[in-house]
Amino acid sequence: MATLLDFPHGQPLTTAVPRPPAPIVRLRSFSRGFGETRVIDRLDLDIAPGEFVALLGRSGSGKTTLLRTLAGLDDVDGDEVDVPASRAVVFQDARLLPWKRVWKNVALGLQGPDVRARAEAALHEVGLGHRLDAWPLTLSGGEAQRAALARALVREPKLLLLDEPFAAVDALTRMKMHALVLALWTSHHPAVMLVTHDVDEALLLADRVLVLDGGRIAHEERVASERPRRIGDESDARTRLLHHLGVAAAPSAGDTGALRRSHV
Amino acid sequence: MAVPSRSWSSSLMRSRWLSPTLLVLAWELGARSGVIPAHTLAAPSAVVVTLWHMLMSGELPVSLAVSSVRVAAGLGIGVTLGIVLALLAGLSRPGEVAVDAPVQMLRTLPVLALSPLFIVWFGIGETPKIALIAFGSMFQVYLNLYNGICGVDVRLVDAARSFGLGRVGLIVHVILPAALPSLLVGLRYALSVAVLILVVAEQINASAGLGYLINNARDFMRTDIIVVCLIVYAALGLAIDAAIRAVEGRALAWRPRLVEV
Repeated sequence: MATLLDFPHGQPLTTAVPRPPAPIVRLRSFSRGFGETRVIDRLDLDIAPGEFVALLGRSGSGKTTLLRTLAGLDDVDGDEVDVPASRAVVFQDARLLPWKRVWKNVALGLQGPDVRARAEAALHEVGLGHRLDAWPLTLSGGEAQRAALARALVREPKLLLLDEPFAAVDALTRMKMHALVLALWTSHHPAVMLVTHDVDEALLLADRVLVLDGGRIAHEERVASERPRRIGDESDARTRLLHHLGVAAAPSAGDTGALRRSHV
Repeated sequence: MAVPSRSWSSSLMRSRWLSPTLLVLAWELGARSGVIPAHTLAAPSAVVVTLWHMLMSGELPVSLAVSSVRVAAGLGIGVTLGIVLALLAGLSRPGEVAVDAPVQMLRTLPVLALSPLFIVWFGIGETPKIALIAFGSMFQVYLNLYNGICGVDVRLVDAARSFGLGRVGLIVHVILPAALPSLLVGLRYALSVAVLILVVAEQINASAGLGYLINNARDFMRTDIIVVCLIVYAALGLAIDAAIRAVEGRALAWRPRLVEV
């Protein structure tokens, strides 16, 4: 098998890369439904160690369900789902426990010695060294997301799941968070799955961008260019992704200036 | 022309103490001039003197101690039962089925209506009084804590689960802290209900305690003693409320204050 991804309809992939030895996420013919509706429909997915994957999709396309499965929040008995035990999630709303100080949130569920030191190191790494003892409700949106990132990274996960983590922060904070996530990914090198609504964000950060539609992966786009990238670098890929997201007439970022952003 | 608000007279007019002080003064004047007879309501000065004598003779401290022990014992039992039942009902499906329905049914009983039954069961000693207080305060704690547990944000539970917390970890780190504000509200209600039941239970039959003092004073038309006991009841309620506030201040320090005091 030469590709990381098998399309149910046999659509060939344009790029073939050398296959890494063993994917750390492996889903085969994975389905999930509530009642009559099938949210995920015979989905195949591989993620290689250290790979940065972005998942795009309209509301209701099954993104959240897929993420919950990868996070181990839903039972998967009977399905062929291989996910590393070492994984961590950053949610859109930081979901810090408001009754625990920031460092205790980061240390939540940690085992072993030096829990406090490890939590503090992670917070220093995301630039929150000055808010160790703050109450979470006193943090700004960006700070809360940094704390959530620290809480995920302190576990040294093999798989880092990001569930629209930048959707609720302002544009400037989002740009800083992009740089931070890339820096953390470069130094820790977990596999990342970023769920997002933002095509430009996906193209800025990911090695591979997937479009989820109707419970299946409808399109895949590889982004090979060097990082750091700029918005508009991948205008062809952007047009194709938007097309698969049902935003056919959108002008590409390259045509209309690099600051133009599109949200699905 | 009115001098701007700094003046002595205008700050006096704004003082919240002004009208209560005037009321007490009017009461004193009324009593001294004979408009209010002593067997209707004793003068404030007489009340203060009586309070002093009762404190010195040890009569009041002893009665207060007896009543406080009743409240403490009843609350101890009631609050513990309420917490245990709420945990049972809130944290497990079978527990909810088994506990919630009967508790909700018993809750509709007016607690004081049970006193004849409790006297038949427990006699006229301390037991029925403590049992009534325990019974009445239990529901306040149960209802609020159970409601708090049911209202825990599932997104926080999901997040904690994704970080590997097991069932015990979830209860300790997420569910109980999230329900703590509700528990404290329940505790406040329980305390005021406990004082209320104490008053009634003590007056039904007692040979010691504040209620006994009041009953005796009624027989001798000693309104000064009655007023002293009323003041002590009020002080008891205030003290209990202050204690809960102190606990809340420490336990809920994480909550942002909408109004800075």
